[in-house]
Amino acid sequence: MTTPETLTPIAADVVVPSSLTTPRAGGFAGWRHLALVTESVPATVGLAIVLAWAMLALLAPLIASYAPNASDLAALARPTPSRAHWLGSDHLGRDLLSRILWGARPVLVIAPLAVLGAAALGSLLGLTAGYYGRWIGLVITRACDIVLSFPVIILYMIILAHFGSSAWNIIGVLTLTKAPIIARIVRGMTLDLREREYVAAAKMRGESSLYIMLVEILPNARGPLIVDMCLRTGYNVIIIGVLGFLGIGLPPPDPDWGGMVKDTYGMMMVWPHMALVPCAAISSLVVGFNLLAVGLRELGLRD
Amino acid sequence: MTDAPLLDVQGLRVAYTTRAGEVPVLTGLDLSLRAGEALGLVGESGCGKSTVALSIMRYLGRAGRITAGRILFEGRDLVSLDDGALRALRGRRIAMVYQDPMASLNPVMTVGRQLMEVPMVHERVDAAAARARALAMLREVRLADPEAVMDRYPHQLSGGQQQRIVIAMALIAEPALLIMDEPTTGLDVTVEAAVLDLVRDLRRRHDSAILFISHNLGTVARVCDRVGVMYRGELVEEGSVRQIFTDPRHPYTRGLLDCLPTSGRDKRHAPLIPIAGQVEPASARTPGCGFASRCPHVETGRCTTRAIALATVEDDAGHRVACVRVDELAQASRRRATLAVRDAQAPTAPVIAVRDLHKSYERRRARLAARKDVVRALVDIELTAARRRTLAVVGESGCGKSTLAKILTGIEVATGGSVTLDGIEVAALPVDARDRTLKRKLQMVFQNPDSTLNPSHTVGYAIGRALRRLRERAPADVPSGVARLLEVVKLGPEMAARRPRQLSGGEKQRVAIARALAGDPDVIVADEPVSALDVSVQAAVINLLNEIQAERGTTLLFISHDLAVVRYLADHVAVMYLGTVAEFGAVERVFAPPYHPYTEALLSAVPVLDPDAAASRIVLEAPLPRGDEVPRGCPFATRCPRRVGTVCDDVPPPVQQLDGGHRIACHIPAKELAARQVPL
Repeated sequence: MTTPETLTPIAADVVVPSSLTTPRAGGFAGWRHLALVTESVPATVGLAIVLAWAMLALLAPLIASYAPNASDLAALARPTPSRAHWLGSDHLGRDLLSRILWGARPVLVIAPLAVLGAAALGSLLGLTAGYYGRWIGLVITRACDIVLSFPVIILYMIILAHFGSSAWNIIGVLTLTKAPIIARIVRGMTLDLREREYVAAAKMRGESSLYIMLVEILPNARGPLIVDMCLRTGYNVIIIGVLGFLGIGLPPPDPDWGGMVKDTYGMMMVWPHMALVPCAAISSLVVGFNLLAVGLRELGLRD
Repeated sequence: MTDAPLLDVQGLRVAYTTRAGEVPVLTGLDLSLRAGEALGLVGESGCGKSTVALSIMRYLGRAGRITAGRILFEGRDLVSLDDGALRALRGRRIAMVYQDPMASLNPVMTVGRQLMEVPMVHERVDAAAARARALAMLREVRLADPEAVMDRYPHQLSGGQQQRIVIAMALIAEPALLIMDEPTTGLDVTVEAAVLDLVRDLRRRHDSAILFISHNLGTVARVCDRVGVMYRGELVEEGSVRQIFTDPRHPYTRGLLDCLPTSGRDKRHAPLIPIAGQVEPASARTPGCGFASRCPHVETGRCTTRAIALATVEDDAGHRVACVRVDELAQASRRRATLAVRDAQAPTAPVIAVRDLHKSYERRRARLAARKDVVRALVDIELTAARRRTLAVVGESGCGKSTLAKILTGIEVATGGSVTLDGIEVAALPVDARDRTLKRKLQMVFQNPDSTLNPSHTVGYAIGRALRRLRERAPADVPSGVARLLEVVKLGPEMAARRPRQLSGGEKQRVAIARALAGDPDVIVADEPVSALDVSVQAAVINLLNEIQAERGTTLLFISHDLAVVRYLADHVAVMYLGTVAEFGAVERVFAPPYHPYTEALLSAVPVLDPDAAASRIVLEAPLPRGDEVPRGCPFATRCPRRVGTVCDDVPPPVQQLDGGHRIACHIPAKELAARQVPL
């Protein structure tokens, strides 16, 4: 039996962007990274979009003119965009702009948290599988393959229907289903990195396997990992939207972009803006994360 | 030969665009090459040798730009030619051979098709004629069984065979100019010798001019008529091979030659003299001589104020030097350094004793196949390393040198036999099972400077961690311990904050040595520690290892394929071939007759600086046998120039014990070997 070395394409050809991952001594490293990101146009645009959404979500209580669930009976008659409701209002007379702003908050918490969870779990699995190889590696890669072979949407429906839909449960299922992908990437890199001479040097001074995996190997895998995490966050935004659309997302009435589309897509012919506005919100955020990922990869390749 | 040069480069300036702006790489280079002449370009990495080649081919890529100068080839200026005209020249009138043959060969096309393509594209000959030409060319590059080679794919050939194919591809169009950029750098010394002899021979027959770029001065001496020495983007000295190697005038050329462990030098009486400092980028140029900052004869003012042009040396036609003090320095004797190294002492007790060591790997023929192949990496290895001495292990790649190191260090375990380290049996003891004292005793310096240090960790962390892990008691003050170790390897304490990518290759290797020294080891295993370094850096690292040994009494196990370095550095030598020890003994005995025929071939293959030296006397044309082709008897029988008969194939050779612990594993009696061999 051969072990499929199916790396997600984006990770396979990524060179660790050394200037991105190795802060020089002195100064706040973050600023240097930020300065570097601006050298790539896609990365700059992507970061701008993501940061803009983050600001809007953070400031939602201050800048949203209406409470997200407040109905304006007057707007029910004319839900189209107006001076009172810049983006119009939905079928229950709720202000779309306010709901979009508030709706950004759960998305921007759940998507990154789920990615962090997947990265932590996936890195651990990938490091173990790649470093030890043999049967441990085989068991882990097979387990990952099994998880990845499920049709994910059905898996989500089963799990969320059984355990109930909540922010934590969504984070949980996203972590579980994304970790195998991260594990594959990390395993592939570990297989390469464990042969480096500095790993042999660490063994010769008697370091534990855990130290070698976490301190000697993992930091050198972080370039492709960061790129993939950006991409993965974008995908999670889509999935959160899909879950909302299927009615197994965050429970109503609090605004949820996917749920907003579900509630109003039936009225597409009459009031298209009701569904299109949340769709546009989802797309722009996904595009933002993707551009950031593409830009970071470009920076990594250039070095 | 006509008077008009075939290639005339005038005032060439090339710059690369980087994030930091435009960086000049060539700063006004002049050189010329007559038809049929071979010019060698030498210099350390970063001095712009390859850029010269790429500029002539106009292959500089998007980042590189010719900012000034002309490249006249057959009277036409290549700088101003358009793409179409360049395409017509490349491959047909100018051909290039690169360092890595696999990068020049198409992996999905047979070698034959790739060869035939050249005349078919450039001369529009038909397939049959092209095939005949290709076959003839393969015969010329001395490939056995050319018909069969035609149908092979590049990966089915050895590195040496691949490089021969690339040379055949370059020569099949009968180019007027052949550019070779480090054509033998990745090859084993025996293969290198064969390829160099081939180039030398083909040159006579094809009348192509050759621009031969190499960092190895010996290879240049073997192939070229004239030599140009480059430093920081310009030519600093130019002359015939004899002029440059016997009467070098520029301080940089002298420095380069003083770095070389040529025969006759040894660590006690004629130590290597590294050039101070390191190559500075051409971008940091100040007016005046580029070498001024490292030159021992620099005179502030004259040397540092204005540009220095190449001028012909008096009474020495064709010898040109870019040095204002050339006449004053002519008489000055070459520098001689003295290095405090203890004299030869009485033999000491062995610290490492290897007896009867075996290592084999099992490999399944195919996945799921029941039959397993056994690959024997080490067979019956027997050697000892004396305390406070250097034992060198030499041999071509694939002969088991690194496997031996891995077993000593416990990264792998032996399948049989015994290895004792200070009397403690370690052959079957993996590194995890060794206690701290044992780990401390033996540390390793690795080959590849780019992978020896973790790019994510600072130098200080790497050394500090080793200090904490290997010392019996954790030192109270790790940073000062790190600084002390950095001082031992002649680096400043400010290095501790650096990361590997901010260091040069030599600096990385010094840090690796400091890391190995952290536990104050009794034995350091150094696996090709200098083979990736430039000669001047190599000299400095070798001297450092010597000094450390003299001061700390460290035993050094030095693994190398470079016989010149081994001859210079070692006290004892083990010559390995295909997992066996062919010859073992004190260095002066191993490097004098009687030799094992393999040692003889290796020594004969070393490129020497003497322009009068004939081609290698012994050339091993056959490649290393593959696992299933190794004879039952002597492993060297398939390539041995002194093979005596079927006894070599069938009976393992006896180990002949000679004076002073010298051992040779050969069927030919040592006396007979000595009678037939000449000192090399």
